[in-house]
Amino acid sequence: MDTAPPPTHHDLGGNPKYRCTAVEPENPALNDFDKRVDALRVVLREKGLITTDEQRLKIESLPPEEYFGLSYYEKWLKAMAAVLVSRGIVSWEDVS
Amino acid sequence: MSPQFAAGARVQVKNNRPETVMRLHLRTPHYVRGRQGIVLRALGRFPNPEDLAFNRPAPEKMLYHVLFEQQPVWNEGEAGDTLLVELFEHWLEPVEG
Repeated sequence: MDTAPPPTHHDLGGNPKYRCTAVEPENPALNDFDKRVDALRVVLREKGLITTDEQRLKIESLPPEEYFGLSYYEKWLKAMAAVLVSRGIVSWEDVS
Repeated sequence: MSPQFAAGARVQVKNNRPETVMRLHLRTPHYVRGRQGIVLRALGRFPNPEDLAFNRPAPEKMLYHVLFEQQPVWNEGEAGDTLLVELFEHWLEPVEG
């Protein structure tokens, strides 16, 4: 198993880098941006334009510097845009 | 369809790493691939996230709770520590004996 290729960067389990670090028991308060992104996701889901697994795939496809550097909802927004582009609903020009 | 594996069955997780060849959406953590564990229970059938993620028809697959000894997987903890992972049937192979 030691010769196995390294896992993709979102597959974090067992990475010593993440062992023994304190866990924040409280979620940070949501700001206006976070709430707007959350609301947008609710609308897209209700309209059948996105699923949880499509969104997760796009989050996990972010390059490591964004995956580890962006905020939770910044990653959501990027992933939602990527799903809509993948489905052909909007173009990259529309979202950039 | 009924579960292929009953509670108590010993199974081995397939040691496939297809995500190194192409972009996939696999929910089987890398650290249990190739490992043997014990089926704790069948959880029911769910649409396969490997298909859902690409917005294509997603046949339902049986999902299980599989219990692993922690030490060989994590190389830490004490004897008797365990690790419980949700795994889909198509990632599991029976172990004889």
